[in-house]
Amino acid sequence: MRKTAISLLLLMLVAATSVAVSGNMLLNAAGATFPYPIYSKWFDVYHSQHPDIEINYQSIGSGGGIRQLLAGTVDFGASDGPMSDEQLAQAKFKILHFPTVLGAVVPTYNIPGVSGTLNFTQKALSGIYLGTITKWSDSEIAKANPGVKLPNDDIVVVHRSDGSGTSYIFTDFLSKASDDWKNKVGKGTSVNWPVGLGGKGNEGVSGLVKQTPDSIGYIELIYAVQNKIPYGKVQNAAGKFILADLAGVTAAAAGAAKQMPDDFRVSITNAPGPTAYPISSFTWLLIPARISDAAKRDAIKGFLSWMLVEGQTYNEGLSYAKLPKTVVDKEKKAIALIQ
Amino acid sequence: MSTTATTIEHAAPPHAGPRTFIRRLADGDAVAHIVTLIFAATILLITSLLVYELWINSHLSRAKFGFGFFVTRVWDPVFDNFGAAPFIYGTLVTAVVSLVIAIPLGLAAAIFLAELAPRRLSDGIAFLIDLLAAVPSVIYGLLGIFIVVPLMRTAIGPALKSTLGFLPIFKGPNYGVGFLTAGIVLSIMIVPFIISVSREVLLTVPREQREAALAMGATRWEATWQVVVPWARTGIMGSIFLALARALGETMAVTMVIGNDPKIVTSLFAPGYTIAAVIANEFTEATGDLYLSALIELGLVLFLMTFILNGLARLLMIATERGGGRHA
Repeated sequence: MRKTAISLLLLMLVAATSVAVSGNMLLNAAGATFPYPIYSKWFDVYHSQHPDIEINYQSIGSGGGIRQLLAGTVDFGASDGPMSDEQLAQAKFKILHFPTVLGAVVPTYNIPGVSGTLNFTQKALSGIYLGTITKWSDSEIAKANPGVKLPNDDIVVVHRSDGSGTSYIFTDFLSKASDDWKNKVGKGTSVNWPVGLGGKGNEGVSGLVKQTPDSIGYIELIYAVQNKIPYGKVQNAAGKFILADLAGVTAAAAGAAKQMPDDFRVSITNAPGPTAYPISSFTWLLIPARISDAAKRDAIKGFLSWMLVEGQTYNEGLSYAKLPKTVVDKEKKAIALIQ
Repeated sequence: MSTTATTIEHAAPPHAGPRTFIRRLADGDAVAHIVTLIFAATILLITSLLVYELWINSHLSRAKFGFGFFVTRVWDPVFDNFGAAPFIYGTLVTAVVSLVIAIPLGLAAAIFLAELAPRRLSDGIAFLIDLLAAVPSVIYGLLGIFIVVPLMRTAIGPALKSTLGFLPIFKGPNYGVGFLTAGIVLSIMIVPFIISVSREVLLTVPREQREAALAMGATRWEATWQVVVPWARTGIMGSIFLALARALGETMAVTMVIGNDPKIVTSLFAPGYTIAAVIANEFTEATGDLYLSALIELGLVLFLMTFILNGLARLLMIATERGGGRHA
């Protein structure tokens, strides 16, 4: 009995040292949950191509990612919303934002007797979520949907109850669509919702919408596509009604890329361009500008270069929109800023 | 103290010398004493560490909102304005609703199992009830979403409205999710605790108690309700406090069915929010320092509530014991 225990211990010791000797580089990262499926795919593929580099990503949420990065407990972070000036000022070191993929948020609804795709004007969506539009038969909804017989019933509004990047993108869009929203509610991963029920996660929101007659909610495009949940068209800045798809999201990013600031902290909701889908956003990796460990620095820079080219080819398989070429080129230059 | 006295009596003859520290160690009593003391102290240490951490980390929020935190009805992470009132209200209301449903149900089931059912049936059912107590809460949440919520919207809600609709607690729109649904799901979760513990307690009531009552000419029900149940009162209350503690702290199942809307509304059909649910929902994405601090202060409030309710429960227990009954 004791012999086996000792030999087992020895075996573990040998195993432990062999890992150390082979010089495996373990990078720790934490943050956003929204891009987690594509990130885990990327880190997995990258590890199989570069067996000496392993990236351990904890999808604990953007807030947690930012906090851990500031505390120095991870090598890099990830967030669905860009860090605020205030947060960047708090940091003891400079932090760079690198957009990785694009996501979009779509309105989904359940109105008995209405089966077609509804059009939502920006005023209609902000009015519904502000609680100023309370009936489906409201003229703001009806005028965008000629020929659809809308019931004279109360709208049941559903939003996310958990803090999430999805809510951030949606409220960012509503802030641009309506000044009332901007001043009364604002944008954030959680906000003080004027009306509505809260569902936990995409599945919570879509579940509530599915079960509750006359309801409306918002969910991630990926979630809607993967679960074949129908969703409505949203009016963009050019006045066109756009049904969200990956091309429309990339178009929005390309439209916004012209005014892309050098630090990549940009909101692309309500982007210009006739084909741009208005409720979409980048999600970012947060990388320290100065990494003292040369091996770590090279590993992170190597991964970023790979992510911008080969990594992007995995996006559409997982229903994430690709970065537009202009953004990729700009990011490639920014990698050199990591020292 | 009486235990030390008996140990001396037992230990003295074989050694027959002065009781040195070493000898006391050798007896094992001192070792057991120290070891158990350390373990007991650990509980105290963990509790005080918990309070300390909550207190220190909620500093920002406490400094900014002070006592107003308890009465403010707004929870606005964008404009950094936080108040706990809707969450305290939701936590209390759901706990009360769940107890109102679970106490009669649990107590009646426990009495049946302990007093009336054949022993084999009783043991079999008790085993199943213990299994229920071990089911993860997310499962109860799913049960809530797929069964209780639709039932509430199509059957329970309309039935209550048509019969008791004149009461303010049964007015207003019924979405299927809300205080009442959360209370019902919670009651399903806590009823096994009440049944399981109460049944054990009832079974420990000495047979003489029953026989004496029957000999006095009481019917079987009178013996149970007037003698056995009062005898076991302390234990039954203990089971209810255990259930209350679980109801106050339950997170997953509640957040799935309560509607997560921080408002104070009289109607039980209205959506609400509880402290545990909002912490679980918002903690991961809380970026601002004050925001995080306010969430931690909510944790402190929940701790305080549990503390106060447990204290009140103890007082109630002492009061009822003084009132007699148990030793009658």
